[in-house]
Amino acid sequence: MDSSVLNVVLPELILAIGAISLLMLGVFTSNGEAAGRTVTWLSIGLLLATAIAVFQGSGSSLVFGGAFVSDGFTRFLKIVILIGAALTLLMTFDNFGRAKLLQFEYPVLVLLATLGMLMMVSANDLIALYLGLELQSLALYVIAAFKRDDVQSSEAGLKYFVLGALSSGMLLYGASMLYGVTGSTGYATIAAAATIPEMSTNIGLTFGLVFVLVGLAFKIAAVPFHMWTPDVYQGAPTPVTAFFAGAPKIAAMALLLRFTQAALPGIAPQWQQIVIFLAIASMVLGSFAAIGQNNIKRLLAYSSIGNVGFALIGLAANNTEGTAGVLVYLVIYVAMTLGAFACVLAMQRNGRNVESISDLSGLAKTNLTFATILAVLMFSLAGIPPLAGFWAKWYVFLPAIKAGLYPLSVIGVVTSVVGAYYYLRVVKIMFFDETAEGFSPPEGRTFAVMALSAAFVVAFVLPFVGGTVVDAATAAASVLVPAHP
Amino acid sequence: MTIGLGHYLVVAACLFTLGIFGIFLNRKNVIVILLSIELMLLAVNINFVAFAHFNGDLVGQIFALFVLTVAAAESAIGLAIMVVYFRNRGSIAVEDINMMKG
Repeated sequence: MDSSVLNVVLPELILAIGAISLLMLGVFTSNGEAAGRTVTWLSIGLLLATAIAVFQGSGSSLVFGGAFVSDGFTRFLKIVILIGAALTLLMTFDNFGRAKLLQFEYPVLVLLATLGMLMMVSANDLIALYLGLELQSLALYVIAAFKRDDVQSSEAGLKYFVLGALSSGMLLYGASMLYGVTGSTGYATIAAAATIPEMSTNIGLTFGLVFVLVGLAFKIAAVPFHMWTPDVYQGAPTPVTAFFAGAPKIAAMALLLRFTQAALPGIAPQWQQIVIFLAIASMVLGSFAAIGQNNIKRLLAYSSIGNVGFALIGLAANNTEGTAGVLVYLVIYVAMTLGAFACVLAMQRNGRNVESISDLSGLAKTNLTFATILAVLMFSLAGIPPLAGFWAKWYVFLPAIKAGLYPLSVIGVVTSVVGAYYYLRVVKIMFFDETAEGFSPPEGRTFAVMALSAAFVVAFVLPFVGGTVVDAATAAASVLVPAHP
Repeated sequence: MTIGLGHYLVVAACLFTLGIFGIFLNRKNVIVILLSIELMLLAVNINFVAFAHFNGDLVGQIFALFVLTVAAAESAIGLAIMVVYFRNRGSIAVEDINMMKG
């Protein structure tokens, strides 16, 4: 084979071969706990090495008959995914160590899921899309049920599996319709076929579009296909939940961006309607349903549903700025969510994790640093300037307003205000309620992720932090959607 | 009467709908859900093969092979998760999957 092809897929090759080698290393190490620790550290190294390999790439190339694409857009998202996955692995040590879950299978499954995500980001063909999605999903089903002797964890795995398989089925049915109508599985051919004017009223094409979007909406947990999210987030072990909330969302969003804008630009008005509906429904449900929650993991699940709604606003705008807005939003969302879940991991007394919001009561008096970090993250999630969460919303609302989507923007702002209530309630409980028993001090690695995330959120307003992210996102988006002349 | 593309599509659509209804209407046990998922994927395969035949293009058949392979892996994982769940809960009835609500 031509060696330039191997160069293009080098990051995926490194990750695939590395994951299999680490699996072998784990299998042939006799001490379970030590194997788990070693393999987890090596996995973090492997993820970072892959990120460097991604960073080394340049230009745009299509390989494997146009099924796999590598360009600025994929590189941007792959680096975010790899760093997110590495940080979530870093958070597992202490929690899994205490729960006797530090087994080598977990990091290997995370590596395989991440490989699937890289495939999803690079997919330029329905077959590649499906295989990447399934590689990711199958690994995620298993790690949701990773706490094997816990009924909630296995129930989370079962629910995730059933609804995930259903969504894959829907997506495949849509893919078969698109293939039948356009005669190809490649995005470029589909785009060419869908641009012919008489195709815009073709019922098969609309059918295929709707089914594929339903399948993808399940994966990003957009309302009305969100019902698995709160249960799975609550039931899965917390480090796993942190992983679910970050990298897979980015990968599915990347898939959605490329699928809509590269394969079906010809029928944009049709998918814009669907995306607008998904965005409004997710924002409304995400902000209202979270109000009554007492479990912090369920609260963050609804928060992630709402955040997906906000990110979809940028896609609805259907232009370069909107896509860049989605990318900026995803970066900030991942940073905030990882920090928030690191805080949840640090909520422990006497070696046991607690998950109820009332456990945070009066935290400011027992551990001011912890309370401040969580408060900063909550303010940011609520979208209060000058924190990063505000800029995330700014960069998706602005293109939507420019594209004339006024009702969508107004609903977005209103739900964002409603959502602020439950984020600020957490802050109020921490700072003004009666003091509950304090937590054990956060462990070093978890605290590092908390502090890093809070620092990013605060520093985003500085030009060399926020400006860099925005410039990189704009460059990435302009590859996917060439600016209109 | 000649059997055309439309006939295949109708059969596949019927099977697919049966699969979806099987997941949502079944109150008995999780194995039926696994069967329904399998039914959905096979309905999709009929679609792919029919389109491939009538479009005179092989890609659809290749896609069907990939779907078969993934479906096998998927049901293996589904059964494994179900066994783990049964060990913890002692039941695989759909109405018993209710530990988390809210």
